[in-house]
Amino acid sequence: MIETAGVELIAVTKRYGATTAVHAIDLRIPAGSYCCLIGPSGCGKTSTLRMIAGHETVSGGDVLIGGRNVTDLPPAARGTAMMFQSYALFPHLTCLDNVAFSLRMRGVGKAERQAQARAMLERVHLEDFAARKPAQLSGGQQQRVALARALITNPSVLLLDEPLSALDPFLRGRMREELKRLQRELGITFVHVTHAQDEALALADLVVVMEGGRILQADAPRAVFGHPRTLFVARFMGGHNIVEGTAAGTTLTLADGTTLALPESAQGPVRLAIRIDRMALDRAAGPNRLPVTLTAIEYHGPFLRLSLQDGMGTAHSMLLSEAAFDAHPAQAGDQVVAGFAVADSHILSN
Amino acid sequence: MSPSQNSDARRISLRAFAPHLLALPLWAVLGVFLAVPILMIVMVSFLDYDDAGLIYTFVLDNYRDQLGSAVLWRTYFHTIQFAVLVWALTLSIGFTVAYFLAFHVRTQLWQMVLFQLCAIPFLTSNIIRMISWIPTLGRNGLLNQALAASGVIDKPLEWLLFSDFAIVLAFVHLYTLFMVVPIFNTMMRIDRSLIEAARDAGAGFWDVLRNVIIPLSLPGIAIGTIFVVTLVMGDFVTVRMMGGGQSASVGLMMSNSIGLLQYPTAAAQAMVLLITVLLMVAAILRVVDIRKEL
Repeated sequence: MIETAGVELIAVTKRYGATTAVHAIDLRIPAGSYCCLIGPSGCGKTSTLRMIAGHETVSGGDVLIGGRNVTDLPPAARGTAMMFQSYALFPHLTCLDNVAFSLRMRGVGKAERQAQARAMLERVHLEDFAARKPAQLSGGQQQRVALARALITNPSVLLLDEPLSALDPFLRGRMREELKRLQRELGITFVHVTHAQDEALALADLVVVMEGGRILQADAPRAVFGHPRTLFVARFMGGHNIVEGTAAGTTLTLADGTTLALPESAQGPVRLAIRIDRMALDRAAGPNRLPVTLTAIEYHGPFLRLSLQDGMGTAHSMLLSEAAFDAHPAQAGDQVVAGFAVADSHILSN
Repeated sequence: MSPSQNSDARRISLRAFAPHLLALPLWAVLGVFLAVPILMIVMVSFLDYDDAGLIYTFVLDNYRDQLGSAVLWRTYFHTIQFAVLVWALTLSIGFTVAYFLAFHVRTQLWQMVLFQLCAIPFLTSNIIRMISWIPTLGRNGLLNQALAASGVIDKPLEWLLFSDFAIVLAFVHLYTLFMVVPIFNTMMRIDRSLIEAARDAGAGFWDVLRNVIIPLSLPGIAIGTIFVVTLVMGDFVTVRMMGGGQSASVGLMMSNSIGLLQYPTAAAQAMVLLITVLLMVAAILRVVDIRKEL
C-alpha cells in the first residue's frame, strides 16, 4: 500500500523579479484527496503547483508535505511526482525505459526495474506498447505512459499540470474517469491544475479557485459552484445570473424599481447571484420575479438555454428542461418573468 | 484509343514531367559544378603521364603505385590521427560551449551576443587566423618570452610552432565553431520540460547530461563531426603553414603531386581520399539519424 500525505502551503509566495505571481497563499490539501487548482491563465496556479513539485523556488513561506517541511528539498526528495503538460516523455527511450527511468536513477537493477515498469504499464493497459517510442503512440497513450512514469516511484502526492488539455473531448472524458479511478484505487493525494470548470467539478474533492496570485475560494465542488463567494468566482465557475441593487433589510431594489426578496438581510449596494438552472418562466416559480425580455432560445437536446435581458440591460440566461419549457412555452421577443426561490440565490461578498 | 483519351494521357505525362522540369536548374548546377569535375578527376586518375604531359591511355598504375607505397599508408595514418585528435578536442570544447549557450545563458539577447562573439572571428580568412599563431608560438614568440620571463623555462620551447602540436592547435581553433553551431541548434530544440522530468525522477546534473542531453544532441554532434572530419581530412594549408614542412597529410601529398605536374597521381590520390571520407561519413550516418536536423 502506498503511503499518502497531505500538502500544506503556508504564506507561500512566488516573485519573478518585480512581479509577484503568488501572494502569500495558505492552503491545506487533506491527505488522499483530489484537489484541483483552477483559474484563468496567469492566475498563479501553475507556479503554485511547480513550487509544490520543487521545480520552482519558493520566494517566501513554507511547503509542507505529510507534515514535513520540503521547501528547500529537490523534487525527488519530496515524495511527489509530476506529470507534465506536454507529457515530457523522453523521445529517445522506449515506453518501458521511460517508465523505468526514475528507478534507474535510483540504482534499481535492470531486471527488477523492467519488471516493475511492465507491471505499471499493465496498470494503464499499455503492456503491448512497451517497446515503442513515444512518437509512435497516440496522445492518449502518451498520457498514460506519462502517468505510469509518474506513479512508478510510489509518490505520496501526484502533481498534474493541465493533464487533459492536449486531448480531444472524447479522450478527455475517458482520461478523466481513469484519473479519478486511479486516485481512488491508490488513495494518494492528487493536485491537478486546470482551466476547465467541468474538469475541476467532475474530479475534485477540493476546488481551489485562484486569480491574480491569490486564492479566492477553496471548497468542495458543490460549494464552489453552488455558493460562489465572490463575483469573480461566480462568473468564472459559471452557472449564475447576477443582479445588482440596493438592499434594505431583506429587500433588494433594482435600478428599474423591481424588488426582490433577499435570503439574508443586508444594507447598501448588493450583488445577488441566482443559479441559472433554478429559474423558471413559470410565474408561480418563486416569490422573486424578475421581468425580462426573452432574446434567444437555444435547443440543446436534454435542455434549452434561454437568453434574457433585464430592465437594466443586463444579460442573463436560464436553463430549462424540455418539459419545463413546454409547460410555459415562449418565443424570442416575448416579455416574460423569470421566477426563482429565495433559497436559490445568495449574496456575493463583493 | 479515342483522341480525347490520347490528349488526356499526354497532359498527364506532361504534368508528371513538370516537377522534373522545375528541378532542372538544380540538376544543371550540380551537374556542371559537381558531377562533371568529379568525372574528370576519375578520368584523369586512369591516365598515364610523362615529363611532357598526359598520355591518353587507360592505366591502373596511379592506384597501384599509391596503394603499394608505405608513405601513403603512413600519411593516411597520420592524417586520421589528426582527424581523431581534432575531433575529440573540438567535440569537448564545442559541446561545452554549446551547452553553456543553450542551457546557462538565460536571455535570448545574451545568447545572440555570445553566439555572435563565437562567429565573428570567422569573418576573417583562415590564413590570417592561422598566421596570427606564428608570433604567438614562435621561437621568440609571445608565449616563449612570457615563459622565459617568468622563469618557467630557460630556453625557448621548440615544439610550440612548426610541429604537430601547432597543427592540432590551429585545427581546433579553426574548426571548433563547426561543432558549436550544430550542437547548439539541436540543444535549443530540446524540450526544457524533459530536463525537469528527469530531475523529478531524481536525476542529478550528470544523469541529466548522460541520459537526456547527450542522446538528444547526437544529431548535432554527428553533423559537427562530419564537418570537422571532412575538413581535417582534406586540409593541406594548415598542415603546411603550421607544420613548417615537418609534417605530412593526405591533402599536402596531393598538393605536392600537383606541384610536380603529376596530375594523374593527384587525381588518384583525390579519389582514394574521397572514398575514404565518404566511408567515414557513411559510418557516422549509420550510427546517428540526422534526418530530423536537415
